Amino acid sequence: MTEFFQSTVGMPYGWAWFTATIVGILVIALPLMLAVAMIIYADRKIWAAMALRRGPNVVGPLGLLQSFADGLKVFLQETIIPSAANRTLFLIAPIITFTVALIVWAVIPFQAGVVLADINVGLLYILAASSLGVYGIILAGWASNSKYPFYSALRAAAQMVSYEVAIGFILISIVLWSGTFNLSGIVMAQKGHGLGIINGFWINPLLFPMAVMFFISSLAETQRAPFDLTEAESELVAGYQTEYSSMSFALFWLGEYANVLLMCALNATLFWGGWLPPIDWAPLYLVPGIIWLFAKILFFFFLFSWVKATVPRYRYDQLMRLGWKIFLPVSLFWVFLVSGVLMWVRVGFQS
Amino acid sequence: MSVAQIIKSFTLWEFVKAHALTLKYFFKPKATINYPFERNPVSPRFRGEHALRRYPNGEERCIACKLCEAVCPAQAITIEAEPRDDGSRRTTRYDIDMTKCIYCGLCAEACPVDAIVEGPNYEFATETREELIYDKAKLLDNGDRWESAIAANLAADAPYR
Repeated sequence: MTEFFQSTVGMPYGWAWFTATIVGILVIALPLMLAVAMIIYADRKIWAAMALRRGPNVVGPLGLLQSFADGLKVFLQETIIPSAANRTLFLIAPIITFTVALIVWAVIPFQAGVVLADINVGLLYILAASSLGVYGIILAGWASNSKYPFYSALRAAAQMVSYEVAIGFILISIVLWSGTFNLSGIVMAQKGHGLGIINGFWINPLLFPMAVMFFISSLAETQRAPFDLTEAESELVAGYQTEYSSMSFALFWLGEYANVLLMCALNATLFWGGWLPPIDWAPLYLVPGIIWLFAKILFFFFLFSWVKATVPRYRYDQLMRLGWKIFLPVSLFWVFLVSGVLMWVRVGFQS
Repeated sequence: MSVAQIIKSFTLWEFVKAHALTLKYFFKPKATINYPFERNPVSPRFRGEHALRRYPNGEERCIACKLCEAVCPAQAITIEAEPRDDGSRRTTRYDIDMTKCIYCGLCAEACPVDAIVEGPNYEFATETREELIYDKAKLLDNGDRWESAIAANLAADAPYR
């Protein structure tokens, strides 16, 4: 796109690059916001259907405009800042959550070559940026100067740190197998991974347990049920969002669902072949890659909602036990296993 | 833990079973009715919004005996009565505070002439509290509006009274 602005519009290289990047960001962020609005609606519909309810069905055809109506309502509300709150941090916190949820999308490849920032350490960037997400929640909980948000912030901090450890090890086994940190490279490494027919690391018996663990960890990482202890409404009112209203609340809401979508995209990209069709068969490549990726994201989002409708919330000690006593040792062992197998297969035993 | 339990917990067997169940429910017909467009049937004994009825000739039934006022456990009814020009005893004031009313139906049971009844209407939410303090005109108006439904309900329930 930089070339387009350079040659056709006639900008100098710097400006052309700048404009192209801004356009790229908008092309990713605006549909993402639309997708988030629709995914909130889908979440409510799926959850309702599993509880034999109808879900939103009044605003627009089949209730499709429900999220926009909610957004409008929230937008027209008054922003309330508690008098005891730390104003600056209180207002910065939702912005951090929202921004961090968006910036990670920069390295998600939507198709071969279609990625905003094709950096070689994409996976490290994702780990680093998604770790920042917890700051928004901690700051929100602390700056609210209220006990429920504070408890929620403590829980969120411990929870996200615990599961990031497991996620780190899972990602290492992916990196070992594909030999690159670049997400496009990881997707290409999955081409024909299963007997030259199936695209995706999930078909690999060594990596399938990792795929399941990554899915569960991504539930914990995005604080979705059954790990939504940070906003456990029966104990903590609404968790770290308790004192928020109006747009700052909406930013948390959008950020949370953008994170959910991101985790769905990561699941799809790392284990299920990203933009590649599920089967390595030429006619399937006629469908644009972004549609395959989108279908996979939607599938994983359905799984997220499905889990939410099925599994009751974990107790906090159960959450910690799962993270530290099961996921950490298993994923650590799996890193040894995967690296050992790769060493044996690719290098052979040398003394 | 036995071996079977370990296998079960590592294959997430219970979770898979639970998700199969919820997926089955996902495709089942919805239990919720589409309320403003569909409604549940209402029993003839349903105790909804109050109404003061009239005789077919247009004369109001209420004879101001004040039994309803006396029996009302929430003391929501206020009645004042005076003889009318033609000598019959009628109410000059008949107020029901719907915010006090507990919808027990004792007023309708106490009434010797079936004047005060609880009709089948349950959609009378208002935006202000004042609108829920019903006066005689409002109650008579309700009676005129719901007369056919109220009469049908009373007739349907009569054999069991």
